Amino acid sequence: MIEISHVNKWYSPTFQVLTDCTTNVTKGEVVVVCGPSGSGKSTLIKCVNALEPFQSGDILVDGTKVNDPKTNLPKLRSRVGMVFQHFELFPHLKIIDNLCLAQEKVLGRGHDKAQAKGMQLLERVGLKEQAQKFPAQLSGGQQQRVAIARALAMDPIVMLFDEPTSALDPEMVSEVLDVMVDLAREGMTMMVVTHEMGFARKVANRVIFMDRGEIVEDAAKDDFFGKPRSDRAQKFLSKILSH
Amino acid sequence: MNYNWNWGIFFQPNPMGTGTYLDMLLSGLALTLKTAALAWVIALITGSLVGVMRTLPSKGANWFGFAYVEFFRNMPLLVQLFLWFFVLPELLPKGAGTWLKQLPNAPFWTAAIGVGFFMSARVAVQLQAGISSLPRGQKMAATALGLTTAQGYRYVLLPMAFRIILPPLTSEFLNTIKNTAVAITIGLLELTGQARSMQEFSFQVFEAFTAATILYLLVNAVVVTAMRFLERWVAIPGYITGK
Amino acid sequence: MFGNLDFDVIRRALPYLFYEGMTFTLTLTFLAALGGLIFGTALALMRLSGLKILGRIAGIYVDFMRSLPLVLVIFWFYFLVPYIGQWVTGASRPISVGAFASSLITFIMFEAAYFSEIMRAGIQSISRGQPAAASALGLTYAQTMRYVVLPQAFRNMLPVLITQTIVLFQDTSLVYVLSITDFLGAASKVAQRDGRLVEMYLFAAVVYFTISCIASYGVRRLQARIAIIR
Repeated sequence: MIEISHVNKWYSPTFQVLTDCTTNVTKGEVVVVCGPSGSGKSTLIKCVNALEPFQSGDILVDGTKVNDPKTNLPKLRSRVGMVFQHFELFPHLKIIDNLCLAQEKVLGRGHDKAQAKGMQLLERVGLKEQAQKFPAQLSGGQQQRVAIARALAMDPIVMLFDEPTSALDPEMVSEVLDVMVDLAREGMTMMVVTHEMGFARKVANRVIFMDRGEIVEDAAKDDFFGKPRSDRAQKFLSKILSH
Repeated sequence: MNYNWNWGIFFQPNPMGTGTYLDMLLSGLALTLKTAALAWVIALITGSLVGVMRTLPSKGANWFGFAYVEFFRNMPLLVQLFLWFFVLPELLPKGAGTWLKQLPNAPFWTAAIGVGFFMSARVAVQLQAGISSLPRGQKMAATALGLTTAQGYRYVLLPMAFRIILPPLTSEFLNTIKNTAVAITIGLLELTGQARSMQEFSFQVFEAFTAATILYLLVNAVVVTAMRFLERWVAIPGYITGK
Repeated sequence: MFGNLDFDVIRRALPYLFYEGMTFTLTLTFLAALGGLIFGTALALMRLSGLKILGRIAGIYVDFMRSLPLVLVIFWFYFLVPYIGQWVTGASRPISVGAFASSLITFIMFEAAYFSEIMRAGIQSISRGQPAAASALGLTYAQTMRYVVLPQAFRNMLPVLITQTIVLFQDTSLVYVLSITDFLGAASKVAQRDGRLVEMYLFAAVVYFTISCIASYGVRRLQARIAIIR
């Protein structure tokens, strides 16, 4: 589904953010990407739908080359759902209109159909009653659930999550993770940048560990948590699991 | 102060035979508002285009926007009006120049266009600031949903940016009204110009200027009140603007 | 299209344009900026003083000035200043004060309203901890303002203050309505006398543009430096 091969990204010759990253995500797989801050994991996931450009290497999503200038990026992105750290709901639009905008403008769905789809997804994330409110009237956890629903409304073939819970107050983390766990269990293909190791343990198939722009470890979940091979991954795990 | 006050002057006939002195001032007010309205339309349209250009990723568009703003901001408005009024017709091919010079209401059109372009640079600066003040993720979220750049601006960035810059735009609109007074130098008989000719005909300096002052204050009050209503009308529930 | 233009007329007029015109413009700009800043800071302090009446008076003054076109204000003071002079000195008739003094008073009074808003924003941008710390050290209100708050406000707002001065520099061209020989007035007089409007106005535009551009480039450099220091 997602094939990343030998991706390099730098801002200047001395400032390399991604170094020779290679991995892939197959259909129905849930891959968690973790690593210390500044390790390039957010940059890597943004490269997948070309929100960040990169200088060399290739990324294919469902057989389409992301870094090909001929690729119709809006079309490709409409099939790749993305959830951001800071939700990025559109503050001037009602919740339901946040879900409808891209359905209508990008997919060309009729307004009624888009509304019906939107309401159905809001119900699924438990926020049907909030449809007529504005984003700023919702809590952070609610906003992030709306953001997930907004991405799902596009019928994506894969979902990208960029630290979806790290901007949330602790008591709101679980409501978002619950939605994500359900999604994973239904067989959605997911690439998730997160520090939530509980989530990784529960639903991930594979875990990727990144440090200083490199993929240091790329292992099946049990292997990763059982006996990480690299020092850096061991240190990282001991730090975030020690509390 | 040995000055002969005569407040009754307003109801005496003016030497132009167009009614009383008060009529003269009111016709000046009408011309001020007409000129300012046309200038504001020009300023909003061109200013918005240039403001958007300054936020685009294209280097060329950026440079053009920068040069445009610098050009119109670094010359006194009075000099710009002289360029439009005295210089432009001479530099055009002969036929076009003569046509321009014989245009009826030339001071009106010159003032509207001159003030309009002068103000467009300031609208551009405000809009650029408004767009840049939006979180970077908003643009990314729009892109990630598959919206094109134009759609992203149309449905996501501009609706928010214009709401944010509504208060500074209000004062730029007031500036537009005030700046039309500079056109007195090219013979436009707007409010200040009419007050000045009333003073020359009647020698009642302070009555004439007091009346003009009161009219300007009234216009200000009306515009400010109207914009407050507009601000409240477009306000987004729950969203606290930076005020 | 520039075929029948005579640019030599500019060269011949240079001494007049700069010795008379530009000297007037720059002197007026500098003195008006200085006076406007002092009076404007006083207005800002009045508004933030916590004394309701003082704040109200300053507020009304600022809003009043900002509601009026500069051209109208120039006319107002041109005719009013002689009467004020008469009233102050007790003379028997209005006193003629001259073009320069009249324009200077106008621009100080007018620009003070704009400078005061800038200084007010500057003062308000300083964290509340600063005056608190100053008072805790035993400084009086006046000392706190003088040594702690105003220097910081001034430094933070320096780029904006200079930008406003560039606007003022351009605005001084409006004394044209009083037929005063500032830079534009001088250019205009030569233009009328020799019938060379195109050449003279183009030249005036280029001079204003060049000076303003260099100054605003300086402001951008300054802003970049301040941004780093913070």
